[in-house]
Amino acid sequence: MMQALAAILTQLLHVALVVLAAPLLVGGIRWLKARMLGRRGASPLQPWRDLDKLLRKRPVLAENASAVSEVAPYLGFAACLTALALVPSFALGMALAPLADLLLVAGLLALARMALALTGLDVGTAFGGLGAAREMSFASFAEPALLVAALSFVMLAGSSNLDQIAAALRDGGFGLRISLALAAAAMLAVAVAENARVPVDNPATHLELTMVHEAMLLESSGRHLALWEAQAALRLTLWLALIVAIFLPFGTAPAGAGPLAWALGLLAWVVKMAGLALALAVFESAIAKMRVFRVPEFLGAALLLALLAAALLFVSTGLS
Amino acid sequence: MLRACCDVPLLHLTPRAIGSTGERFRTFPVLSALGLVILAMLLLAVPAAYGGPERGWVGRLVHAGSLAGCVGFMAIAVAALLGGAPAPLPLPFGPPWGGARLALDALGAWFLLILGLAGALASLFALGHPPGPARSLVPYPLFLAGMALTLAAGDLFTLLLGFEAMSFASWALVAADHEQAENRHAARRYLGFALFAGACLAAAAGLLAAGAGALDFTALRERPPEGWRAAAILALVLAGAGAKAGMVPLHAWLPLAHPAAPSHVSALMSGAMTKVALYVLARFLFDLCGPAQPVWWGVPLLVLGVAGAVLGGLRANLEADTKTLLACSTIENIGLILAALGLALAFRGRDLGGLATLAAGAALLHALNHGVFKTLLFLAAGAVLHAAGSRRIDRLGGLIHAMPVTAACAMLGAGAAAALPPLSGFASEWLLLQSLLAAWKLGDITLQVLAAAALALVGMAVALAAAAMMRLIGLVFLGRPRTPRGAGAHEVGRLERAALVLAAALTLAFGLLPGALLDLAGPAVAQLAGAAPLRHGLGLLAGEGAAAYLPWLVALLLAACLLATWLLLRRRSPQATQRGPVWNGGFIDPPLVFGDPLTQPSAGGIAQPLRRMLGTSLLAAREVVDMPRPGEPRAGHYAASFRDPSEPFLLAPLARATDALAGRAERLRDFSLRQCLGLGFATLVLLLALIAWLEGG
Repeated sequence: MMQALAAILTQLLHVALVVLAAPLLVGGIRWLKARMLGRRGASPLQPWRDLDKLLRKRPVLAENASAVSEVAPYLGFAACLTALALVPSFALGMALAPLADLLLVAGLLALARMALALTGLDVGTAFGGLGAAREMSFASFAEPALLVAALSFVMLAGSSNLDQIAAALRDGGFGLRISLALAAAAMLAVAVAENARVPVDNPATHLELTMVHEAMLLESSGRHLALWEAQAALRLTLWLALIVAIFLPFGTAPAGAGPLAWALGLLAWVVKMAGLALALAVFESAIAKMRVFRVPEFLGAALLLALLAAALLFVSTGLS
Repeated sequence: MLRACCDVPLLHLTPRAIGSTGERFRTFPVLSALGLVILAMLLLAVPAAYGGPERGWVGRLVHAGSLAGCVGFMAIAVAALLGGAPAPLPLPFGPPWGGARLALDALGAWFLLILGLAGALASLFALGHPPGPARSLVPYPLFLAGMALTLAAGDLFTLLLGFEAMSFASWALVAADHEQAENRHAARRYLGFALFAGACLAAAAGLLAAGAGALDFTALRERPPEGWRAAAILALVLAGAGAKAGMVPLHAWLPLAHPAAPSHVSALMSGAMTKVALYVLARFLFDLCGPAQPVWWGVPLLVLGVAGAVLGGLRANLEADTKTLLACSTIENIGLILAALGLALAFRGRDLGGLATLAAGAALLHALNHGVFKTLLFLAAGAVLHAAGSRRIDRLGGLIHAMPVTAACAMLGAGAAAALPPLSGFASEWLLLQSLLAAWKLGDITLQVLAAAALALVGMAVALAAAAMMRLIGLVFLGRPRTPRGAGAHEVGRLERAALVLAAALTLAFGLLPGALLDLAGPAVAQLAGAAPLRHGLGLLAGEGAAAYLPWLVALLLAACLLATWLLLRRRSPQATQRGPVWNGGFIDPPLVFGDPLTQPSAGGIAQPLRRMLGTSLLAAREVVDMPRPGEPRAGHYAASFRDPSEPFLLAPLARATDALAGRAERLRDFSLRQCLGLGFATLVLLLALIAWLEGG
């Protein structure tokens, strides 16, 4: 009984934490990048202020927009939120842990991506279609890399359930395995592509020809735009939390632990996420955006790394 | 046929060797009922011959009769799945050395359920649709009866009889609209592939029967083939059933034949006929070839399946015709099912029973799900063709405003095809991916690497399918109309809408309760995998202690998140939505009613990224831009094209070989009488020698 209550409580705390943290994460990365470029940068709270401002504005839709434009922002946001509720943050053994399957998380993200792409096509403008086509094409290279990277840790953990993977990699004593490092590199590349970050896409761009993600949102305004922005923040948080949960499982509170372990886990999670945000900011400041048709090579390299990781594991399990 | 009609009631009284009396009374009616339904379908072809544009009631009679028959198929299939396999029912015809018989085990019943679902939906749609050419009425019930006979066959003769009936009836349906040259071309190619499939399967059946000395399945199972004979059967069945199912590289007929047939027939061909071909493949390779095949038997299925999945998914992104696009998506889905079957075969060969049930469950569940959502999508394409007058994506657009019900149903179907949770396609593809993630347990490093590559390619195929569905929905239903005809579209009639809504509801329901379906398919899974499957209950399980997928809980969570977001935003952001002119990055709206259609993304434009990223290497895609020089007053031109690899590498050499052989055969004309007689005699001797060799060895 206590166990179940603790599981529900951690689940609620987790959802509240990630919803609060997501815009902060985006703002934090922006602030760090501005600092590295020698600017003062807006406060990390700026995304929260932007969301508040957008919510208070009246949304304008094109005359020929259909119900898709009105429903898709909610659907995309709900899909991302559901997916994020499944990825463990500070504690394992949350109430939804039996549901937290990696493939399901990927499927929910695909649902959000589809909602976004259809919004881009709803009014029939050129840029929307351009962005939708590119977004879906990138996904056809990101999915294989993600799945093969997942193969490595699914092999080690014996399940594709994120909670079980995190627990297995935390307690299993696998140590520093080369295959895990290669899989982590592949996952990072996929995360960069899925979140439309530099070098795949530039989230701060205002030149339509180079845009992928933003091109689909040109017709959105008011609360619809706020939902899309919040969804992008949730997605970034999700990917970083996923990488933290799988590859940096130190300090996470185990299932059935008490509030003290949660507090420690929370601290560890914040430190790890901040570290990843710093790494992302450094990486984005140091590299230029690549041409659209170079993206398959980038993701193809990630796929090869992941395949190499899996092959190393095949050899090592075959020897033992 | 008349004899069969009179004999069926008498058969109830025929004393039989197997089964107690009580069992006979419990089980006999299932097969008798099935036989009667098939017979009734055959008889429907008689009034259909009197159909015509002035006799609308004939079309209604045929389609209503087909609908009733398909509902009967469903009821019989569920009864057989729940009640266990009835004992075989001998038929009053067949070859003298081995009587024909009907039988319905779990495997056949599962596919009969798919046939019943797809057939009922297609017939209901056709009932409300304006009748096509009258000559499509006769083969339609024959097509359904042929498929049912294939599934209910208890021996090789009946199986081949049903298979050929299905092939030729569907050929007549493809050729029904033969005024157009492209349809004639499609029908000719389809006939060629059908003949090839029939020839391969007949040879495979001959090899099997010669080894066992019998035609009926029970006798064949007792003496499974061995050695080279088994390998030859594998190759022949793969070629024969694969050609009918649309397996790469024998898929060239599919993107031609599906658009040529009337829409409800395309739905049936894609939703049911390809599955019947897969049933034949599974029946031969999993059942009749015995329980113990080596592991490598799964490899050709896996490789060809994965190749088909990627090729079909990519082609679906490049096609500019709605029905061709859906046909290519069928190639992709058949590839996924084949890959799952190959995995099941490999797992079974390694004695990994639990994983074999997982992969076999993925194959059977995806066959059912694809049967329903592809039927839905083809029917929606038919509704669009009827209402907006075109199949070409570049002549449609903005139909969500004129056809809201069709658009909503098509979106659900496309979501299932794109494997979005919690719809049906995701559940079965989740099972397939889980079995691929566990395929490293096969042990051999070659197989492990192969499975890892297959995992990557299946992931790519799933994402490609999502891109293709985004393109279909986004260009056909969203945006602005691209032609005046498309702008004048209207919603389809009541019965057509009912068929679409029913199919969409099934797609949703199958997505929410995949575990119950898989439990229903349990006996069929056990038959394929050779091991008892897990009880799934409400969700899906990947194995003991492994991951689980609970779709209804996911749906509930999604709904809760949607509701919470909506309630929160209603409080925080109360301003009503306002309508205004399109922003479009600041470009001025062209001064036409719907804006200039050419400023919208086109079918070729959306295809461009994937055409460049994958199409150039896999499909020899080319883009030619003809830009006028500065000052030249002509318009620029852009042309994009691609070529399926099976055309230059398979069909073209085959055509050359046929021509060469025909040239050689011409010489036979000059033979003298003595030489002609000698030729006949030599053929006879050769055939007798072949029989002697096969029977002896």
